[in-house]
Amino acid sequence: MLDLANPHKFTQFARRAEPFAFIVAALLIVSGLYLALFAAPADYQQGEAARIMYVHVPAAWMALFVYAVMAALSALALIFRFPLADVAAKACAGIGLVFTAVCLATGSLWGRPMWGTWWEWDARLTSVLVLFFLYLGYIALWRAIEEPAKAARAAAILAIVGAINVPIIHFSVEWWSTLHQGASVFRLAGPAIDSAMLWPIFALALGFMALFFGLLSLRMRTELIERRLRHLRLQKARAKP
Amino acid sequence: MSEFFAMGGYAAYVWPAYGIAFLAIFILIAGSLIAHGRAKRALAQFEGRKG
Repeated sequence: MLDLANPHKFTQFARRAEPFAFIVAALLIVSGLYLALFAAPADYQQGEAARIMYVHVPAAWMALFVYAVMAALSALALIFRFPLADVAAKACAGIGLVFTAVCLATGSLWGRPMWGTWWEWDARLTSVLVLFFLYLGYIALWRAIEEPAKAARAAAILAIVGAINVPIIHFSVEWWSTLHQGASVFRLAGPAIDSAMLWPIFALALGFMALFFGLLSLRMRTELIERRLRHLRLQKARAKP
Repeated sequence: MSEFFAMGGYAAYVWPAYGIAFLAIFILIAGSLIAHGRAKRALAQFEGRKG
């Protein structure tokens, strides 16, 4: 595991592991879509509109999971100076931003027919919007600061402070009154929905997870190439008399 | 088949939700691949010019 902290060894390993992640992701997402659109029954209250759940819930889980990973990697980078942790954290942000956007957009499209509104400033929706802006701010910090070591520090502090929002999002449906329904899968008493509706959620969630790891690895390799290029350019500039 | 596409009257919400979700994921994958290719070419160009 520590071997992978070496950029060269990481790149070698990542190149071989990525295709597997992408194949597993494709298989899970295709079967998840089949289960979601054909095999799962319509909801007894919401009818066919409930099918939006199968993309909305996995996207929402990933929005939170990717943020938690990004914050943990930021802590590893900031406190323990773990090599590659800042590269990995930076690679997470764009992926998490997309999952959060998907969660918000599908939620809005689900809210309109079921709640009668595209948007409501309640605790769950607002805290997820805050998550979206945390990702945006994190990406903006990396772009605003030229020197990677300084950018990594500033971005890591934002990611760690922003992590307080993750439990707030999870418990927002219990702490405040909200239009959003409570947790029906991850709860102490066990899942409260039928297994025919759970399978498509799990298949798509695991598919998104595999896609996340494949993309994380690809984006880390991109970042390592960019840092190498930056290093070489600086070296050349210094060598000039 | 048309019944499937009608989504019990919710077609205007269900299909855009799936469409937006997978379009966004497609753009994420394509963007990551394009950025990787660009970085690789830039490095190759720099090393080629030097050597």
